[in-house]
Amino acid sequence: MIGIHNLTKTYKTAKGSITVLQNIDLTIEKGDIFGIIGFSGAGKSTLIRCLNRLEEPDFGTIEIGGRLVTNLNEKELRQARQKIGMIFQQFNLLDAKTVYQNVAFPLEVAGHPKRYIQQRVREILDLVQLGDKENVYPFQLSGGQKQRVGIARALVNEPDLLLSDEATSALDPQTTYSILELLKEINRQLNLTIVLITHELDVLQHICNNMAVLEKGRIVETGSVEKFFLRPESDTAKRFVSIIDHYRDKRNVMEGVGAGI
Amino acid sequence: MKDDLLELLWEGLLETLYMVFWSSLFALAIGIVLGVTLVVTEKGGILEAPKLNKAIGTVINGVRSLPLIILIVLLLPLSRLIVGTSLGPTAAIVSLSIGAAPFLGRIIENSLKEVSAGKIEAAKSVGATPFTIIFRVLIPEALPALVRGITIGIIGITEFTAVAGAIGAGGLGSLAIRFGYQRFREDVLIATVIVIILLVQIIQWSGDSIAKSINKKRYKFE
Repeated sequence: MIGIHNLTKTYKTAKGSITVLQNIDLTIEKGDIFGIIGFSGAGKSTLIRCLNRLEEPDFGTIEIGGRLVTNLNEKELRQARQKIGMIFQQFNLLDAKTVYQNVAFPLEVAGHPKRYIQQRVREILDLVQLGDKENVYPFQLSGGQKQRVGIARALVNEPDLLLSDEATSALDPQTTYSILELLKEINRQLNLTIVLITHELDVLQHICNNMAVLEKGRIVETGSVEKFFLRPESDTAKRFVSIIDHYRDKRNVMEGVGAGI
Repeated sequence: MKDDLLELLWEGLLETLYMVFWSSLFALAIGIVLGVTLVVTEKGGILEAPKLNKAIGTVINGVRSLPLIILIVLLLPLSRLIVGTSLGPTAAIVSLSIGAAPFLGRIIENSLKEVSAGKIEAAKSVGATPFTIIFRVLIPEALPALVRGITIGIIGITEFTAVAGAIGAGGLGSLAIRFGYQRFREDVLIATVIVIILLVQIIQWSGDSIAKSINKKRYKFE
């Protein structure tokens, strides 16, 4: 489904250039939920944004569904983007538009007839359980509801791929859980490939099948999520896992004390 | 109070309104083009073109650094060319529009810049064209700020008409200078000032209430 080869990206600053992504090679299978995890500044956001070319890579190729995204011209890129949904940490809904208008926007961009848009928007709003909110403005919604609108907007044009840029990082744990459940459900129902970046272990553990660990712009580890937790190899993975282990030990000790006496 | 006062005021007011209306309309048309172009062509904008951006910026700064009264004099030949005369309210509209357009352009640029980059990105990510992003995202999202900014611009133009009045454009400004100052008609001077103050208040109030009603719809507050 997705093949990334030798992807490199540098930012030029006043003091010289900073390499954010270095020789990234990655393959993601169709229907997978693939998590890219890393600490802040590892280059996760840049990597996922290269996939729909919100960031332009310097070198390397990206292939999505048999198409070389890195070779597309402006017009072809816009068409390709219509089939790549994206959700954001800050939701990025349009305040001037109602929930309905926000979700209808991608379909209008794609040039669908009005009747189809109406039917499709209602259908997708029902899927994200916001059928009763279509005439409400984003400002009146909670964070979780806003992200549901974001998901509806990303999915309304039936994309082959969904990119999630820290989509749950601004949400409380319970809302995060419900959003993750929704993504899982959508993945199962539509066999939609999902690529998500996160710094939250819970997210990785909860919905991802496979993962890559990003450290200072390089991929230092890939494989199944199980392997990440059971046999972490890279420093970053070990540090992440040690954080949970630490608490697990602490809890065991405390519960042990309670049970022992 | 002399009995010609009301008549003079009424005539002056009509001329001023005529100049404000048309100058605002033309200045706004040019200003929107300038403001939108500045925002989309800046570095990281949806139609990045740093050289064009810099060129427009320099022209705007150039025009804005000239005192209005000098600009009007400079533009007199242009007025003569377009409307056939360099005197009267219609001639002033040419100078006022060109004089105020860069000012409105900057105001509009600033309002549009308030739209978060994330919203633009979201629109890009669904495959929207730059045209769609400008008209369906950038302008609607910035609308309350735009309305407030444009209100400031129109009030600025109202002030400009008074300046233009001093050099033959007509309107309330001309009335205050020709009658109030040069013919020692204090009643005209004071009455003119009151009418201008009221006019500015009405413009500000209208702008505020439009912006408020947009915000009320979107945010249910203010």
